[in-house]
Amino acid sequence: MEKRVTFKGWLLPLCLIAPQVFISAVFFFYPAGQAVWQSLFIPDPFGLSSQFVGLGNFEYLLGDPYYRASFLTTAVFSTLVTLASMIPALFLAVMADRLVKSAGTYRTLLIWPYAVAPAIAGVLWMFMFNTRVGVVSWYLGQLGYDWNHVLNGTEAMGLVVAASAWGRISYNFLFFFAALQAVPRSIIEAAAIDGARFWRRFFTIVLPLLSPTTFFLLVVNIVYAFFETFGVIHTITAGGPQQSTTILVYKVFSDGFVSQDLGSSAAQSVILLLVVGLLTVLQFKYIEKRVHY
Amino acid sequence: MATVSLDNIKKRFGPTEVIQGVSLDVADGEFIVIVGPSGCGKSTLLRMVAGLETITEGELRIGDRRANDLEPMDRDIAMVFQNYALYPHMSVAQNMGYGLKIAGLPKAEIATKVADAAKLLQLTELLDRKPRQLSGGQRQRVAMGRAIVRAPSVFLFDEPLSNLDAKLRVQMRLEIRELQAKLGITSLYVTHDQVEAMTMADRMIVMNAGRAEQIGTPLDVYERPATLFAAQFIGSPSMNVLEVEGRDGALWLGDMRLPNPTGHIGPVMLGLRPEHLTPDPEGAIVMQVLLAEPLGANTLLHGKLATGQGFTASLPGVHALSHGGETLRLSISPANMHLFDTATGARLG
Amino acid sequence: MAREITGMVERRGFGLWLTHLVMIAGVLVIFFPIWLAFVASTVTQPEIVRPPMPLWPGDQLIENYTAALFAGVNVPVLTMLGNSLIMAVGIAVGKIIISLTSAFAIVYFRFPGRNMFFWLIFLTLMLPVEVRIVPTYEVIAGFGMLNSYQGLIFPLIASATATFLFRQFFLTIPDELAEAAHVDGASPMQFFWDILLPMSRTNIAALFVILFIYGWNQYLWPLLITTDPSMNTIVMGIRQMFPSGDDVADWPVIMATSILAMIPPVVVVISMQKLFIRGLVDSEK
Repeated sequence: MEKRVTFKGWLLPLCLIAPQVFISAVFFFYPAGQAVWQSLFIPDPFGLSSQFVGLGNFEYLLGDPYYRASFLTTAVFSTLVTLASMIPALFLAVMADRLVKSAGTYRTLLIWPYAVAPAIAGVLWMFMFNTRVGVVSWYLGQLGYDWNHVLNGTEAMGLVVAASAWGRISYNFLFFFAALQAVPRSIIEAAAIDGARFWRRFFTIVLPLLSPTTFFLLVVNIVYAFFETFGVIHTITAGGPQQSTTILVYKVFSDGFVSQDLGSSAAQSVILLLVVGLLTVLQFKYIEKRVHY
Repeated sequence: MATVSLDNIKKRFGPTEVIQGVSLDVADGEFIVIVGPSGCGKSTLLRMVAGLETITEGELRIGDRRANDLEPMDRDIAMVFQNYALYPHMSVAQNMGYGLKIAGLPKAEIATKVADAAKLLQLTELLDRKPRQLSGGQRQRVAMGRAIVRAPSVFLFDEPLSNLDAKLRVQMRLEIRELQAKLGITSLYVTHDQVEAMTMADRMIVMNAGRAEQIGTPLDVYERPATLFAAQFIGSPSMNVLEVEGRDGALWLGDMRLPNPTGHIGPVMLGLRPEHLTPDPEGAIVMQVLLAEPLGANTLLHGKLATGQGFTASLPGVHALSHGGETLRLSISPANMHLFDTATGARLG
Repeated sequence: MAREITGMVERRGFGLWLTHLVMIAGVLVIFFPIWLAFVASTVTQPEIVRPPMPLWPGDQLIENYTAALFAGVNVPVLTMLGNSLIMAVGIAVGKIIISLTSAFAIVYFRFPGRNMFFWLIFLTLMLPVEVRIVPTYEVIAGFGMLNSYQGLIFPLIASATATFLFRQFFLTIPDELAEAAHVDGASPMQFFWDILLPMSRTNIAALFVILFIYGWNQYLWPLLITTDPSMNTIVMGIRQMFPSGDDVADWPVIMATSILAMIPPVVVVISMQKLFIRGLVDSEK
């Protein structure tokens, strides 16, 4: 879609667009280019010179069991976060949608955890399950379950998933709720006259109508789990125990800044770039679909 | 107050010539209507006069100045847009005064001018409202008011009534015409509605595919359409056009023998306005009536001729019709027969 | 008949109360972690380290919050709050300004390189800062912007989302409006100030809410570039309050800080709920 040309001149628009182009160039394209460039080299331990290795860093990475494990961890983590944040959100949205009068109040009560930073969410959940002072872990202990996410990888994964999904429920709830409100009453009423009961109606009529929203949230939540949960992991587990919660983004950070392995970190950045590209394409497929409606 | 003259104005978008050379001299205070179907280039022509589109070729003069390269604000024009283009966040008064504010007029003077224009348009009560609080007709008036306060030499109207309902359109048509007459400002008015063109214009330009098919007074165009297109576009219901052949001192439509006012020999297009047909037991035109539309003052009869062509006649009063496909004989005065060249569509005689 | 249908679609009586019950349970579960943090911020350290900690607020609220705000652990929380505020407002305002002007240029002008710039900006949609942290860090270090507000703000300003949002909005504004302004004699910048900006007010406000939260909640970036505690933002600073090794964390102060870190974005979300939802839905389109 284009506008008719209204204003003439080229100097003014160039000046107007310059700040964004400049910032993008300096803080996006140059670093991204650097990442690609660095991924082709291995610096010597003193950082004085570096040796060109071509795709050596990538070869090494793809052969590295830790990196492959991190891929798997990321897949498990993002699947769990997506499910754990979408299913409760959908359930709550369906319930709220039935309560015509008080739905707005519940919405207000439910949306604000969205505003809580993932890193803060991490601190709160770490506090609840802390092995020494945590309330939940203490009560679990009373029930005979010995919770220790510091040593147990599965429990650590469960905890970072819960902390990551928690604030996200609000977000998903908002979108599901808005989509439910947009379902025409007449369709529901027609189904009711056809004799379909509530859950039957939900699964055969409402859920299919929600599919664009569901697909959209699926992609957005995967992106969230991939890139925005760093704070949760850093505060709760720092990738441990034994790297059982080291997702890809965390590994870029720990290899690049903690271990100073710049070549490998850069190669990982490049791989992540490809992942982001893929997810963006998915997202655009979705947008295209919506445009056709 | 100013004259406007267009001298062989052309507009090209890449290789396509959307305006193929239009020339027109508008007298001071004249109301010109540019009429044509959508896509004929009428809005482009107006926007070139406004300075919103560049002129590819030809010369535009407003008053005694060449205006081709002037900015819109320097052309001393004001424009009323189809969707009114009121600034939604500004009050009626602010909308009307914005151009004056840009021009750097003192506040007090702006207020006086806005108040005067508002009074003229009966908008005084509405000056503090926002556009969304106004009805369609009121918005239309505000758009007019915005044009008036600047006291321009030329008014440009781009289909200003097309968003209004039919009744309001008739009323606003009168209001615009009255106002223009009172202020005596030269106006160019674009519309696709031939009724607006007929009722409002001092002179009209009938446009088709980037060309001016005819320039003339409404009656001129109605009575002596210069081209087949102009003939069919102006007049409602539109003119019947039949392919006939001139021979033996007559025009032949199949077996039907019609007078030949020009003595033309060979194939020719014949235009007959439905309202010029009269029932006549001796008439040469034989029509099988399939449908009657009684409009009260007159009745439209739709049907077909013996040759199979569709045909419409408009007869005064209520015309009783048995729905069985009755046959009707019609005649027409030779003075009301319009002949056009088969190839070029140009008027003959 | 109509009432019966409503009856079928909307729950009444027992079903209604059950639904309410489920909703309340949901709200409580979501609420619980924050409640616990709040309780912990109102009791004494010994009450926490001797599990189970109480589930009802104690009487140490003022003491704990005073300690956090004015003393903190490494640096007073007040300082971190100030840093967060500057960063969040800086990112929101900066993003809005550069997005408004570039969207204006892209939508309302034709100029050489327009398409190229459009795609360049578009590409930045695909590059979250997390993906290119090491090189971006080097750029900031090269500019000497470590431990500075510029360093905190600039790399997070240039995202295409806001530009696209404004572009989308500008495209819905009828062409005639710009033309009317043009005929009225407005220059491009006068049109921008007098018409485009006031018309974008709601969009700007909605975007501000979203971007403020985005900026406030940043973690990784401030963690990397603020080594000086006095430049820490509150969200990343909390992690720094935990002692390394086996020392016991000062839980009441940390939890008070957590609550303080939540308050600004939560207040923004609740008080501007309508704008927030609009911004959220728009920016994800």
